[in-house]
Amino acid sequence: MQELPEYLSVLKSRFGDRIEEIHAQHDDATAVVKRDAIVEVCAWLRDDEKTLFDLFLDLTAVDYIGRKPRFEVVIHLVSIPFRHRLRLKVRLDEDDPVMPTIIPVYPASNWFERECWDLYGIKFDGHPDLRRMFLQETFVGHPLRKDYPIAKRQPLIELRKSEVRRNDESVEPRPA
Amino acid sequence: MATEEKTFVGAAEVMDVEIPIQEMFLNMGPSHPSMHGVVRTMVRIVGERVVWADIEIGYLHRAFEKQCEAQFWNTAIIYTDRLNYVSPIINNVGYCMAVEKLLGITVPERGEYFRTLVSEVSRVADHLTNVGAAVMELGAFTAFLYTMKAREWCYEIIEAACGARITTNFTRVGGVMADVPAGFEELVRDRVKQLRGVVDEFDKLMTRNRIFIDRTRGISPVTPEKAVAYGFTGPLLRAAGIPYDIRRTHPYSIYDQLDFVVPTGTTGDVLDRYLVRMEEMRQSLSMILQCLKQMPPGPVNVMDKLITRPLKTNVYGNIEGLMNQFKLVMDGHGIKPDPGEAWASVEGGNGELGYYLVSDGGDGPYKCRCRAPSFPLVQAMKEMIVGHMVADVIPVFGSINYIAGEVER
Amino acid sequence: MGIDKGEIPGVALTTKLESLLGWGRKYSLFLYPFVTACCGMEYMSVACAHYDIDRFGAGLPRFSPRQSDLLLICGTVSHKIGPVLYRVWEQMADPKWVVAFGACASCGGPYNNYATMQGADVCIPVDVYIPGCPPRPEMVLDGLIKLQAKIQNRQIPG
Repeated sequence: MQELPEYLSVLKSRFGDRIEEIHAQHDDATAVVKRDAIVEVCAWLRDDEKTLFDLFLDLTAVDYIGRKPRFEVVIHLVSIPFRHRLRLKVRLDEDDPVMPTIIPVYPASNWFERECWDLYGIKFDGHPDLRRMFLQETFVGHPLRKDYPIAKRQPLIELRKSEVRRNDESVEPRPA
Repeated sequence: MATEEKTFVGAAEVMDVEIPIQEMFLNMGPSHPSMHGVVRTMVRIVGERVVWADIEIGYLHRAFEKQCEAQFWNTAIIYTDRLNYVSPIINNVGYCMAVEKLLGITVPERGEYFRTLVSEVSRVADHLTNVGAAVMELGAFTAFLYTMKAREWCYEIIEAACGARITTNFTRVGGVMADVPAGFEELVRDRVKQLRGVVDEFDKLMTRNRIFIDRTRGISPVTPEKAVAYGFTGPLLRAAGIPYDIRRTHPYSIYDQLDFVVPTGTTGDVLDRYLVRMEEMRQSLSMILQCLKQMPPGPVNVMDKLITRPLKTNVYGNIEGLMNQFKLVMDGHGIKPDPGEAWASVEGGNGELGYYLVSDGGDGPYKCRCRAPSFPLVQAMKEMIVGHMVADVIPVFGSINYIAGEVER
Repeated sequence: MGIDKGEIPGVALTTKLESLLGWGRKYSLFLYPFVTACCGMEYMSVACAHYDIDRFGAGLPRFSPRQSDLLLICGTVSHKIGPVLYRVWEQMADPKWVVAFGACASCGGPYNNYATMQGADVCIPVDVYIPGCPPRPEMVLDGLIKLQAKIQNRQIPG
């Protein structure tokens, strides 16, 4: 375990048990935040003069199938003045994959949240326009979940011939 | 013929008449010549002014993440080529850096220099394509031919380094695919000299061109605050005046040993973005020569048999090499980082290109996420074109360098 | 006419109508680049000065399917773009030809997943397949020459 950067300890002391866990594996400062606190934590991180995480980089999710809670939403932030990086995580249960939107704090997260809804089926509470990002509206299911078969296609038009390849068994997802 | 009396109104009278203007819905794409790749831009226009816009993407969603999850750590590199296919080497480098972070290894210095050198060539190719295509859409076809000619020289260098022109598959976990080839230095020096000439030529042709300036100056200016709020990185953020370049702010690889300037703009309009890209090309060309000069001798790959593949002469020549190759490529063997996660980011052609990898201790990524730099740029395009003329959609779209493979992954 | 009498003036050539039409068509291809992905970069290289597809009579891209007679599918065809591709192909006037440019458009290439179509030919008929990911410009020119041979030998229906 690497040494924790200062801003991570400050974050932990500011929010107490609403931060579930902090660590700095591979030098990446990480904080696991409770779902209800995420907007507040983001707003504080952006505005506090010791942290100033002003640039939103990324929002994605990971599907740890078989683990409880199943989903983890991962947010990456960077501070331009201090050159810090931070990863925030929110753990979400399989039965209730809903998270408050962080658009009020980081407007750039709009499309990232739509993408996350599209591919992982995680709902963002309060998102103004939660449509699918990449796939067609008629698509059934959320393809980046580990239980969606990789080669299950949903064509929009009548096809002239079969799409099954000779080695299609081999592209089934590996057992987790 | 029906004899209907028509009264013709003179020009002076027309000026007084209020012409009723209807709002019109205009759809550009998905298959449209000025849309790089397939993207659908929908605008509502009143007269010629855009009052509302929406962008639909996803026509090139190729399931990068799902596909990588079914691959090994090394074989997933080929999918990173096809993300930003204009500068694939930078993608390769970013992905490999993330895997190396997971493994906790460092690449030998010569390998880092070689990666950096070819990355910078790739960046020049990226910017050349971008500025060339952007000015072509404004009507300057000749300038586009200049940049395409120069891009071929970039491809010659890349081809000498890895054997392919576009989809390079250049890096390996722990190094690069092969050492610097014979005659590489002369080739690079020669081509850099020619590239400099073309950049200067292009500069003379376009930068002070009246039509070009009229079409680009003051179009969709972005303030620094807005640029940060939109999540801009790369040339667009720098054009808005914030000198945020990962090569300088979070130096990776050997960028702390190179001498370069981070150009910035002032207003963040389309012209500034163009000027920043032009200057970055010059800086990249100078960095290429610095890399050549400073490149130390030594290995290009990590000297670890559990990570680096053996030389082909050993694979076909002796049993140890063959076994080593087998152990690295067979299902269930190969590179196995400890469970964990890592984020590594590089300065891509369009900005911060980040990879977030999760390992479950297996021989392939459990999760492979690419943070595409142009994704937030396309997101912000909605706001960037509202209020401008419909003809300005094209230069704005050209300036954000929409790369479908990267945005839609 | 004097042809059946064997009196051919010195400046005339004899040919069949079919091969005359084929000869005319093969050197005046108006192509519609349906650029979706990486292969578009190689299409740019082929179309520009270095490799210059104009030498083979296919130098003029038309960005309207109604004006073009060669559909060049450069890049991956996803299921979402499938209806668009079909519609573009339908809008082209006969005679029309389709070239699958690159591995993705030929067979799906490295992508075999929920989003991608396994080649453009599951959606529209394809005349010439150019392999490679992306194909080198020389291969594209070779594919074009193959297509020209096909056009030359085409029978006029009816």
